[in-house]
Amino acid sequence: MMKKSRRSFLKVAGIAAIGLGASPAMNFASSDSDGTALAVKGKNEQALTAHRWGMVIDTNKITEEIAGKITEVCHKTHNVPDFKHDVDPEKFPKTRPVNHKQEIKWIWEEEFHYAFPEKEDEYLAEKFHDLPFLVTCNHCKNAPCVQACPTQATFKREDGIVIMDFHRCIGCRFCMAACPYGSRSFNFRDPRPFIAETHPDFPTRSKGVVEKCNLCAEQLAKGELPHCVQVSEGAIVVGDLEDPESDIRILLKEHYTIRRNQSLGTEPSVYYIV
Amino acid sequence: MLEIAIKGSKNYWSWIIFLLLVMGAGFIVYVDQFLNGLMITGMSRDVSWGFYIANFTFLVGVAAGGVMVVIPYYLHNYEKFHRITILGEFLAVAALVMCLLFIIVDLGQPTRALNVLLYPSPKSMLFYDMLVLNGYLFLNIVIGWKVLEAERNQVEPPFWTKPLIYLSIPFAIGIHTVTAYLYCGLPGRGYWLTAILAPRFLASAFAAGPAFLIILCYLIRKFTKFDPGWEAMQTLAKIVCWAIIANLFFFLCEVFTVYYSNIPGHKAHLTYLLFGYHGYNALVPWMWTGLILMFTGAIFLVIPQLRNNKTLLPFTCAMIFFGAWIDKGLGMISGGFVPSPLHHVTEYAPTKPEIMITLAVYATGFLVLTILYKLATQVKEEVRG
Ligand code: SF4
Ligand code: SF4
Repeated sequence: MMKKSRRSFLKVAGIAAIGLGASPAMNFASSDSDGTALAVKGKNEQALTAHRWGMVIDTNKITEEIAGKITEVCHKTHNVPDFKHDVDPEKFPKTRPVNHKQEIKWIWEEEFHYAFPEKEDEYLAEKFHDLPFLVTCNHCKNAPCVQACPTQATFKREDGIVIMDFHRCIGCRFCMAACPYGSRSFNFRDPRPFIAETHPDFPTRSKGVVEKCNLCAEQLAKGELPHCVQVSEGAIVVGDLEDPESDIRILLKEHYTIRRNQSLGTEPSVYYIV
Repeated sequence: MLEIAIKGSKNYWSWIIFLLLVMGAGFIVYVDQFLNGLMITGMSRDVSWGFYIANFTFLVGVAAGGVMVVIPYYLHNYEKFHRITILGEFLAVAALVMCLLFIIVDLGQPTRALNVLLYPSPKSMLFYDMLVLNGYLFLNIVIGWKVLEAERNQVEPPFWTKPLIYLSIPFAIGIHTVTAYLYCGLPGRGYWLTAILAPRFLASAFAAGPAFLIILCYLIRKFTKFDPGWEAMQTLAKIVCWAIIANLFFFLCEVFTVYYSNIPGHKAHLTYLLFGYHGYNALVPWMWTGLILMFTGAIFLVIPQLRNNKTLLPFTCAMIFFGAWIDKGLGMISGGFVPSPLHHVTEYAPTKPEIMITLAVYATGFLVLTILYKLATQVKEEVRG
């Protein structure tokens, strides 16, 4: 109960802040790249913080249904366009047909041998064949995308979140070539006709910029857990990888976990319990 | 000196008007891309670079190839190249103009291009690429212009052009090395993740650039009174010969390493290009055509009788040029993206609008080249009287 009321208070506070034109959600989209994490912290005492954010996904707990809910809530709250959505011809006349290969996704289901191609095995345990593996940005400790970006539009916050400034991105797509996990999408076209309902807490993007999972930085800033965690029924946990007492570290201590293509040295911050 | 460019024959003007028409048509398509985004291209989430970047990469090579006339003439005092060094430098200028245009048309937000300067990012290879490309363009414009002007006035070029010329040599190597570094430093792309990429790029550049220069020499002989000199062209042909052999050799080294080590992440790309992968094989005929063209071209150049054959040489050069274009343009970029890091296979083919914009960029390059070559040849004709 306590938690609930605190949340609704925060929502009100958040809305008030939008009124003032200084919403924390918009903050990370500003051009002030380095100070962002601190600025958010400074503005909101309740913000969830970490030295290095990480995520544990318990694949045993993920069902098709839960996976579906997770992708849906993530994409809805972040105004990720859905190319299957029927465009409103009145609002967006002359919308051209879509090319599904140009789709945008932040978190999605993959089969085991796509999520972990380097672990491909003829005699793989049966259960892995049908399990949905959720994949998303790994918020790599040594992120190749950050290194590649020529404008610092993709950057790493002090708390380990790899995040983007959509207003600075020039759309060179160097980061997409650099990401070894296919976590990034490019707005080949204006995404707005394909957003069924625009979520007011998060900016929509323009054409020509790259985007990807931001670990719900806007939620953390409000003191709330990422949307995927909230609907995951305990299958996804986020927390501080550098705090030995954190939930996530305890999970890592107790379970055997794997990360995607570890041999590359990118140090992904997303762990899978298998 | 520019006044020379506006006095020309009927042929000259028809060619210029033709180029302008292609540029205009491409520009109209570009306006559509500018307004509606890169959706008009065949690129996708998995293959996020396509024809534009492929041609960019190839043309960086053509630009760098110009140094193959600069080195013999300025470092080894090889007099035969005296007449054609300017052609090499101006070819580099035209190629670089196209490179920069290809970068611009590839950007999702071209109006923000200056962000690369506003937020310099020394860890990004693109940052260095931009520095060396612009640096090399600047050097070649200044050097080419000053040397030609001096020749026209029958005086020695200003003393400060010499150090700039020497500087342009490492820059030429630099532009193509850094362009290779764009690709070969990326951890998840097995096809590019190889130390031989930069040497391979340079080898194919030193073949394609001079090969094109030989073709241009033929055209110059046909359309102007200026003769670049058969001996100079022969020497160029030898350069092309060894460079294309080096390129093929590097490619075979790559094939050996990939197949003998048998590492799937590296093998999949070459397999896709050479034999098809999981039933996807759009590039297979192209790749073999490219290899056969380069290989046959190399044989034709090694055998002196064939190399000395005045009728055959331009065709040999065209084969090598086109072969290198397939290898580096079509194969190198798509090959790196297919299969994706998740081992999905999404094939790529440029769309009509994409090809139209590409042609327009080429037309712009040819316009620059035509004008610069007209200046150069006319001045040389005048001087020789
Ligand atoms: S998963 Fe890809 S996009 Fe995310 S931080 Fe790592 S390299 Fe960057
Ligand atoms: S597309 Fe945007 S975020 Fe990606 S490297 Fe280019 S400027 Fe950076």
